Amino acid sequence: MNEVLEREQKVAEAPVKIEKAKIKKVLIICSKGKIEDVYAALVMANGALMEGIEARMFFTFFGLEAITKRHADHLHTATVGNPAFMPGLPTMVAGLPGFEAFASYMMKKEMDKLDMPHVTEFLQMIEAGGGEIYACKLAADMFHLKQEDFVPEVKGIITVGDMYALADGEGTQIIFI
Amino acid sequence: METLVFNETKIDVNEEGYLKNPAQWTPELAHELAREVNITLTDKHFEVLNWLRAKHAEGVALSIRKMGNSGIVDIKQFYGLFPGGPLKISSKIAGIPKPVSCI
Repeated sequence: MNEVLEREQKVAEAPVKIEKAKIKKVLIICSKGKIEDVYAALVMANGALMEGIEARMFFTFFGLEAITKRHADHLHTATVGNPAFMPGLPTMVAGLPGFEAFASYMMKKEMDKLDMPHVTEFLQMIEAGGGEIYACKLAADMFHLKQEDFVPEVKGIITVGDMYALADGEGTQIIFI
Repeated sequence: METLVFNETKIDVNEEGYLKNPAQWTPELAHELAREVNITLTDKHFEVLNWLRAKHAEGVALSIRKMGNSGIVDIKQFYGLFPGGPLKISSKIAGIPKPVSCI
């Protein structure tokens, strides 16, 4: 019994070496096309670059909207099925025609006040900072999107296997949105 | 308060090494601070540093985007001049506080 206690004490006293492992690279996967989700991905990717962390972005499913020439700067928020959006607002009202567009317009206005760039400019900033942006092949095929449908910062349309290769290396974190 | 001694002058810095008083900054000090992060300052670097100092004096919240729109460097060049976190590194060399911008 005493032996066990002694051993436990020894284990507890053993100096714990915790090395500060720095994040070297982030791979941010954006699977959603709502304005707030896309901005979360963009802010984190750009924020990583600002800290000297490598950043790769992979857009898939509805997230692809954020990198299309047609829709990148015209993303909406969801006013229906989003309980945090104006709590107490009846779903029927939030679903009225034009309501979502109006709410998204107001949101973008607030973002402009904070000097937040539009999506296309944000993507340009990320590319200029050395970040890389990719589209998901499976989702692009599903939505019938081709390289020419995407903004020029999109480096390629890649498979899930290629996506994991982007996360190669020690100190990489994958963030899914 | 931490201090840094440079050319026999005491310079007040915070725990991260940012100058507490931008008035204590000199171009010679900038060279020294840049050497610590392995950057050799050129005239272009100083254009950026002077712009940052001027904007900080005006009370402008600095961001990478604003630097990119300054007409001095674009964002890519900014990253090239101060690799590994351009706004933070350039602010430190310019003797102004650590930037608080998220963009």
